Amino acid sequence: MTKIKHHLTDALLMGYAAGSLPEAFNLVVATHISMCDTCRAALAEFEAVGGEVMLDADPVDMAEDALTAAMARIMAAPRREQPKAAPVRGVFPAPLRDYVSGDLDRVKWRKIGGGVSQMVLKTDGGASVRLLRIPAGTAVPDHGHRGTELTLVLQGAFVDETDRFGAGDIEVANEDLNHTPVAEQGVDCICLAATDAPLRFKGLLPRIAQRFIGI
Amino acid sequence: AEATTKRMAWVTQVAAVRDAKDKAAFAELFAYFAPRVKSFLMKSGASPDLAEECAQEVMVTLWNKAHLFDPAKASVSTWIFTIARNRRIDLLRKQKRPEPEDLPWGPEAEPEQAEAMGLQQETEQLGQALAALPAEQRKLIERAYFGELSHSEIAAETGLPLGTIKSRIRLALERLRHTMK
Ligand SMILES: [Zn+2]
Ligand SMILES: [Zn+2]
Repeated sequence: MTKIKHHLTDALLMGYAAGSLPEAFNLVVATHISMCDTCRAALAEFEAVGGEVMLDADPVDMAEDALTAAMARIMAAPRREQPKAAPVRGVFPAPLRDYVSGDLDRVKWRKIGGGVSQMVLKTDGGASVRLLRIPAGTAVPDHGHRGTELTLVLQGAFVDETDRFGAGDIEVANEDLNHTPVAEQGVDCICLAATDAPLRFKGLLPRIAQRFIGI
Repeated sequence: AEATTKRMAWVTQVAAVRDAKDKAAFAELFAYFAPRVKSFLMKSGASPDLAEECAQEVMVTLWNKAHLFDPAKASVSTWIFTIARNRRIDLLRKQKRPEPEDLPWGPEAEPEQAEAMGLQQETEQLGQALAALPAEQRKLIERAYFGELSHSEIAAETGLPLGTIKSRIRLALERLRHTMK
C-alpha cells in the first residue's frame, strides 16, 4: 500500500469514538481506518477516553434482580462461536464491501455528467455518501461546501488546490475550501465521498445537474 | 500502581469468564460496570428503564464475547465502553454502525503480559489526566462522549485538550507500528 499522507481529523476520530457521527461519515471513517494503522491507533486512544468518561460517571443502581436476569439470559442463549470469514482482498475494505454487497466489480455506476459516475449508498441520519468514479485526467466541477465533505481515495489519485490525494488519503473539506479536484492520469480515480450539506457549485450547468444527482 | 492492579484484576476476571465461565468473576464485573454503563446511557439520553435493559445487554455481550477481548489493545473499561456505545447507536439512533476491518495478520498469539500491563497503566494515567483537567474542559469532553456535540461542534471547540489526551496512550500506536512491519 502507498504511504497515507492525509488522515482523519481529531474531531472525526472523537466523533466516531463517541458514536455521534451520522452513518455516512461513520462509513468513510471506518473505511479509512481499515486502510490506516496510524488512525486505527489514534481511534484506540479516543475510545480509551470514552472508557474513562464512562468510569467516571456516578454509578446508578441497577434493579435488584439485574444480575440474576442477566445470568438467565446468558443461560437461555448459549453463545455460538462464529467462524471467522476468511479475509477478502480487493479494492474495497470490509465496511465498504458491506454497503456495496461486494467489491468494485459489483458497483452499479450511474453517469452524472462530465464523464463522472456515482453510486449512492443507502445510509440514515442527515448525511449522504456515494462512490465516485472520475476518469483519469477529468475534473470535478469547481465547488465550495456548506458543511463538511469527506473524500477518501480508494484507487488512483486526484489533485486539487491544496495537495495530491492518493489511495488511502482522505480530504476533509469545509466552508473555507473551494476546489476543483482533478483525477490524475493513469487509472480512473475511485473515491468514497460523504457530505452533510449540499455542495455549492460555481458554474450554472453543474448547478442545474445538481438537482438531478443530489450531491 | 494500586489502580493498575485494579485494572489487571478486571483483565483476569474477563479471562476467567472466557476460560472457565466463572460466574463469580462475572458478578464482580457486573457489580462494578453495570451501574456505570447505566449511568453513561442515561446521560446519553436513554430513559432509566431503557438504560437498565441496555446495561444488562452490554454485560451479557461481555460474557458472550469475552474471547474477543485483548488486554494489550484495550483496558476492560475501554472495551465495555465500545460495547455500550454500539448498543446506544443501535437503540437510540436505530442506525447501522460500520466497523473497521479486522487487522490482516490473522489470529494473534496470546498477548505478552508486559504489553497488557503497559496498556492498562497508560489507560490509568489517561484517566488521571482527565480527572486533573479544569472542570470546563472535562465537561466538554464528557458532553462529546455523551453524544451531545456534533462533529462540527467538536471541530469548533478549541478548548478541547486533545493534545493532552493523545500523548497519554502511545503504547497502542507503538504496538501497531511494530506489528505492521
Ligand atoms: Zn489515517
Ligand atoms: Zn469538495
